[in-house]
Amino acid sequence: MAKPDSALTLTKRRHVSWETMLVVVLVLGVILGRVLSPMFLSSANLSNMLADFTEIALIALPMTLIIVAAEIDLSVASVLGASSALMGVLWHMGLPMPLVIAIVLVAGTLAGLFNGLVIVRFNLPSLAVTIGTLALFRGLAYVLLGDQAVADFPASYTAFGIDTIAAFLPMPFVLVIIGAIIFTVLLQATPFGRSLYATGANPVAAQFSGIDVARTKLKLFMLSGAMSALAGVVYTLRFTSARGDNGEGFELSVIAAVLFGGVSIFGGRGSMIGVLLSLLIIGVLRNALTLSDVSSETLTIVTGGLLLSSVLIPNLVARWRVMREKRLMTQTLS
Amino acid sequence: MFKPFQLIRGPALCAALIAVSVAATIPISANAADLKKDLKIAFLPKQINNPYEVIADDGGLAAIKEMGGQGKVVGPSDAGASSQVQYINTLITQRQDAIVIAANDANAVVPYLKKAMSQGIKVVTFDSDTAPDGRQIFVNQANSESIGRGQVQLLSKLVGGEGEFAILSATPNATNQNTWIKWMQEELKKPEYSKLKLVKIAYGNDDDQKSFVETQGLLQAYPNLKGIIAPTTVGIAAAARYISTSPAKGKVMVTGLGTPNQMRAFIKNGTVTAFQLWDPGQLGYLAAYAAANLASGTITGKEGDSFDAGKLGKRTVGKSGEVVLGPPTTFDSSNIDNFNF
Repeated sequence: MAKPDSALTLTKRRHVSWETMLVVVLVLGVILGRVLSPMFLSSANLSNMLADFTEIALIALPMTLIIVAAEIDLSVASVLGASSALMGVLWHMGLPMPLVIAIVLVAGTLAGLFNGLVIVRFNLPSLAVTIGTLALFRGLAYVLLGDQAVADFPASYTAFGIDTIAAFLPMPFVLVIIGAIIFTVLLQATPFGRSLYATGANPVAAQFSGIDVARTKLKLFMLSGAMSALAGVVYTLRFTSARGDNGEGFELSVIAAVLFGGVSIFGGRGSMIGVLLSLLIIGVLRNALTLSDVSSETLTIVTGGLLLSSVLIPNLVARWRVMREKRLMTQTLS
Repeated sequence: MFKPFQLIRGPALCAALIAVSVAATIPISANAADLKKDLKIAFLPKQINNPYEVIADDGGLAAIKEMGGQGKVVGPSDAGASSQVQYINTLITQRQDAIVIAANDANAVVPYLKKAMSQGIKVVTFDSDTAPDGRQIFVNQANSESIGRGQVQLLSKLVGGEGEFAILSATPNATNQNTWIKWMQEELKKPEYSKLKLVKIAYGNDDDQKSFVETQGLLQAYPNLKGIIAPTTVGIAAAARYISTSPAKGKVMVTGLGTPNQMRAFIKNGTVTAFQLWDPGQLGYLAAYAAANLASGTITGKEGDSFDAGKLGKRTVGKSGEVVLGPPTTFDSSNIDNFNF
């Protein structure tokens, strides 16, 4: 009886410590930013910083759920691009803007459903399937719009992409806040969220304990498709430009943010708070370094280093714990 | 009461008057002196480490150094539509005096450049323009007319003013190439080219293989061919490669628009005598001067404004804020090693 209890407290303590570490890193990042540039804490700059990671954050929310369930969706950035292209095409066909956005969101959900169906029906790994749809959806984006760009969206809508509330909070970021609340509750406080942890930790055991794993996966990928399409709409409005190549490579930034947030790539572990902190840290660091004219190659190296450390550090800590416990055991035995 | 200042007020006034009159008679030095010192000008290329953009940016930095300003180059490592926006926002926060940008997307950056301009930052585009309301001046590499006419003038010199020649273009509907070809045909109407005969316009579709085969076809169909103009960097390299290993080497002159790096070998082995392209370094240089003049308030960017652009001399702003660099640079064995792009 004692054993599972101690294992539980151990994993729990690990999560707390990872998030505490993220808070410390975030505070250090903000101090660094302030030291590097006196403009860092200006409201205009903070506003830009938030706006810069709107799309990444919107997609990272469902991605967290997917990785907790030990799956992955690499097609998200391609869904974003295809949604942007579709938005341009539909607008040029003369449809009213609300209808255009509704169709794009439905299409994104269907793209996610397609991912989910292929994964579930043929029992294939999501990594392989979504590498395929990464290419497929990006290809569709180019078929839809070619190398053209649609830029004549109505000003009332593009204003949404650019305007701020109280000269600080970017309008699109409101969507991130609402999304963050919904997804945090969904993951941490509902049976659905708990079923994701169970599925990620051991899908076979989850199935036997009464969780419909296939249904769960379908829902996850549909959520991911819908949020990626929403990110596509926001991106298009923020940059007044519908293009097939929009958001290329974003999937890696999203996954990096989720993993750095402490979500285990093997599933079953991680929290939404960690991912939200991780998004803030990456945003702060990118902004602070750009503001002090650090080159974009260096930025890429920093992001890569963060990702690597997020995978390595928990692993090293775990090894160190195992070693210490062994030593303690031999000590008590002798 | 003793007033020491009254004693020197007279001579000082005289000196000032002399200074003003001297300045008025030498307009060029006056213009250069009008530029503010310590201007902060940032270059924002499509992507950093793109060789062409690096040369353009270096030209700009050289100009900024010349005028005593603070220049820098910042930019994304990918050429995505939105990657430049983060940098524009940062440059606004840093309160730069001017931004010189080669836009990745003609529209995506416009709202943010507008924000920059609304805060008093001057915006110049070069190499790749935005929608006109996103900038104050666009520095264009060369206008189509001077490119088209320049190609015919160069070919005529290379073949001694007479003989048959062909054009190896990109795709049949390539806008740039078709405009240039139109101006080539315009130039050919001049009496001094009466002995030059354009026999065929071939299309290599900007595909290396297709351009290579088209060159072969031209030589077979026109045994008396004296020259080929390929106004595309893909076409000229493919044509030169074919000619370099054929008996026509030295007999058929290949010229057109190419980059020094891809054409260097053909210049060295004698296949190609001369070709053209604008010098990206000068493009950046001119853009920096345009930006500095806007930021100093010596010009506003409206049609007819003129400014002194250092070693490039006086430049005038044309329609819709466009400043043209001028005729392309001709590269040959004497100068090709000075260029690396």
